[in-house]
Amino acid sequence: MTWNEILPLIFMAVMGLALLAYVILDGYDLGVGLLLPFATDAEKDVMVASIGPFWDANETWLVLGVGVLLIAFPQAHGIVLGALYLPVAVMLIGLILRGVAFDFRVKARDEHKRLWNRIFSIGSLVAAVAQGWMLGSYITGFDRGALSLVFAAGIALTLPAAYAMLGAGWLIMKTGDALQLKAVAWARRVILPMGVALLGISLATPLVSPEIFDKWFGLPQLFALLPIPLSCLAAFWATWHVIARPRIVAAGYGWVVFGSTVGIFIMAFLGLAYSIYPFIVLDRLTVWQAASAHESLVVIFIGVAITLPVIIVYTIFMYRVFWGRARELSYGL
Amino acid sequence: MDALVLSRMQFAANISFHILFPAINIALCWFLLFFRLRHSAHKGRDPVAAQAWEQAYYLWTKIFALSFALGVVSGITMSFQFGTNWPGYMERAGNIAGPLLGYEVLTAFFLEATFLGVMLFGRGRVSDRVHLFATLAVACGTTLSAFWILSLNSWMQTPAGFEMIDGKMHATNWLQIVFNPSFPYRLAHTLLASTLTVAFLVAGLSAWQILRKSANAGTHRALRTAVIAAAIAAPLQMIAGDMHGLNTLQHQPAKIAAIEGIWHTEKSAPLTLFGWPNEKAGRTDYAVTVPKLASLILAHDINAELKGLNEFPNAHPPVAPVFWSFRLMVGLGVLMLLTAWWGTWTLWRRRRQVSAALAPFSRWQLRLLAAMTFSGWLATLAGWYVTEIGRQPFLVYGVLRTADLVADHPPQMVLSTLIAYLVVYALLLVAYVRVLMHMAGPPKPAAPATLIGATP
Repeated sequence: MTWNEILPLIFMAVMGLALLAYVILDGYDLGVGLLLPFATDAEKDVMVASIGPFWDANETWLVLGVGVLLIAFPQAHGIVLGALYLPVAVMLIGLILRGVAFDFRVKARDEHKRLWNRIFSIGSLVAAVAQGWMLGSYITGFDRGALSLVFAAGIALTLPAAYAMLGAGWLIMKTGDALQLKAVAWARRVILPMGVALLGISLATPLVSPEIFDKWFGLPQLFALLPIPLSCLAAFWATWHVIARPRIVAAGYGWVVFGSTVGIFIMAFLGLAYSIYPFIVLDRLTVWQAASAHESLVVIFIGVAITLPVIIVYTIFMYRVFWGRARELSYGL
Repeated sequence: MDALVLSRMQFAANISFHILFPAINIALCWFLLFFRLRHSAHKGRDPVAAQAWEQAYYLWTKIFALSFALGVVSGITMSFQFGTNWPGYMERAGNIAGPLLGYEVLTAFFLEATFLGVMLFGRGRVSDRVHLFATLAVACGTTLSAFWILSLNSWMQTPAGFEMIDGKMHATNWLQIVFNPSFPYRLAHTLLASTLTVAFLVAGLSAWQILRKSANAGTHRALRTAVIAAAIAAPLQMIAGDMHGLNTLQHQPAKIAAIEGIWHTEKSAPLTLFGWPNEKAGRTDYAVTVPKLASLILAHDINAELKGLNEFPNAHPPVAPVFWSFRLMVGLGVLMLLTAWWGTWTLWRRRRQVSAALAPFSRWQLRLLAAMTFSGWLATLAGWYVTEIGRQPFLVYGVLRTADLVADHPPQMVLSTLIAYLVVYALLLVAYVRVLMHMAGPPKPAAPATLIGATP
C-alpha cells in the first residue's frame, strides 16, 4: 500500500477513535443525566459535581470526530450529515439544553434549580435517543425501508440504556454510601435491557445488510471474530457478578462495572468497524473515494501526530487531578 | 421561502448566537488572569487587597464558565451546520477549510476545555502555581481558537494560496492561506472588539452592583480595571478599524461601496452620515453627506476615486443591512470611547481623594456604564453583519457563490429546525442575562477566607 492509500485509513482510525472516546466519555455523563431524576436533591448535586470538571472536554471529542469527517472525508461529510439532518438538529438541541442547564443550575436561584435539573435530564435523553437513531440509520446506509426504520428505532431506544449503564458505573466509582448503593441498583435495572438490546442489534445488523452478513458468517473469519462476542459475554458476566453482590462494591471493586461496560463498548465498536470497512458511507463511498486532497491530509496529519499525544497526556493529567470520590461542586464565593 | 433563504437565516441565527460568547470569553480570560495575578502579587503583603482581587476573580470565573458552556454548545452546532446545510462548501473548499478547522479543534479547543476543569474546580486539588497555569492555558486556548477561526473567516473574505482543479479548491501555499491579506486586520479588530465587549460588560455589571449596593471590594477593582482597559482599547480599535477598512477597499471594494452607500463610481466621494438606502432606485434617499470625506477616510486622499456598486452587477451585497450595521457599529464605538475616557479622566482627577476600594464615579456615570453593559455585544454583532453580509453573494469571495453550495432540503424541514433553534436561543439568552443579573446581586453569606490554591 502506498502512503497515498494509507493516509485515508489513518484518518478513518483517528475518526473512529475520536467517536469511540466521545461515546464512552460523554456516554457516562449523558448517563448521569439520564439517572438524575431518580436521585434526591442532595444526591443530584453530587452527581453533577462528579462530571463537572469533565463534560466540556468530553464533548470536544464529538467535535473532533465530526471535524475529522469534515477534514478528511468532505464528500462523506455532506452525505452523512445531509441524510441525518433532523436527528442531528434534535441531538444538537439536546446537547445545547443539557450543556447549559449544567452551568445554569449551579448559578440559578433555588426555585429555578429544579427546572434546570429537569432540562438537564431531558436534554441528555434527547441527545442519547438522537445519537442512537443516527447510528441506526448509518448502519443501514440511510435506507428508508420499514425494516431499516424499525432497526434505527431499536438502537435509538436502547442507546440510552447503554449510557445509563456507563453512568451508573461512573457513579459507583465516584461516589459512596447511599448514592453508591443506589447506583448499583440502577445498574441492576439497566443491565438486562442493555444486554438484550446489544444482542438484538448484533443479530439484526447482518440481517439488515447482506454484505455485513457475508463478512461475519463466512467460515475462516467466523472463528477469528469469535473473541469479540466472547469477551462481551465475559464483560457482561463480570458486571453482573459485581452488581449482584454489593459487598464486592463495598470491598473496592466497583470500578469493574465501569471498566467492563467500557470493554463492551470497545468490542461493539470493533465489530462495527469491521462490518463497515472499507466503506465510509455503506455501499456507496469507500474511504479512498471520500478522502480529501493528499496535500491537505498531510498538513492535518502533522497536526494530529503532534497534538493528539499532547491532548491525551493532559487529559490523563486532568483525570488524575480529579481522581477519587467526587467533591461538592463549588467555585464561587 | 426557499431552502437557500431559510438556510441562510438559520446560519445567521446560529452564528449570531454563537459569536456573543466567544466575544466575551476571548478577552475575559485575560482579565481573569490579570485578577489572578493581582491576587498573587498582594498575597502576604496586603491581605485585604488580595481578597478583593480574589472576589473579582471568582465572580468573573463563574460568568466565564457560563459563557464558555454557551459558546461550546453553540460551537458544536456550527460545526454540524456546515454538513447539514452547506455540504457544497466542504466538498469544494474542504481541502482548505478542513485543516484550518482541524487545527482549531486540535490546538485550541481541547486545551481550553480540558484546563477549564482544572481552573474551575481544581482549587484545593492542585497547587497555586498549577492553578495559575490552568488559567493561562485557558486564556491561550481561547485566543488560539480565535486565531484559527479568524484565519478561516479571513481566507473566505480574501482567498489566497490555492488553485482550482475540477471545481475543487486545492491548497498551494499554506502560509498564504493562514496569513491571507485581511487576516492581521481582522484578528486585531476582533481581539480588540472582544476586549471592549468584556470591558463594558465588567464595568456595566460592576456599576450596576454599586448602584444596587451589592458591591464588594472586588467590584471596585474590577470596575477600575475595565474602565482603563476600555480607554486604551477604544482608540486602538478605531485605528485597527481604519486599517481594516483600507484593506477591505483594496480586496473587497463592493463591500465598501455598500457600507458607504456609493452607488456610482466617483472621484472625491462624499461621506454619507445617514440616509435611507434605496436599492431599487440605486440611490440613498434623505442622505446627509459631507463632501469629499469618504475619499479622504477610505483612501486617505481627498481626490481619490471610489468604485460604486454599479461596477459589480449581480455581485454586490444587499446595501441596507450593511449600511445600517456599519453606522451602528461606528456609533457605538464613538460612544464607548467617550464613556471610557470620561471614566478614566474621573479616576485620574480623584486619584488622591478616593482609595482603591471606593468608586470615584458619580451616579450618572454609573448609570451610563450600567446602560452600556451589552454595548460590546451590539457593536460586535453589527460589525459581524457588516463583514459577513458584505461578503455576499459569495461564500468564498469571488470564487464560490453561496447559492451554489446550499443543501436542497425541503424548506419546511429547514424552517422547523430554524424555529426550534430560535426558540431555544431566545430562552437561553434571557436565562443568561437573568443569571448575570442574579450573580451580580447581593452576595451570599459565608465566604471561606482564602480560595485560590488552598490546600485541604
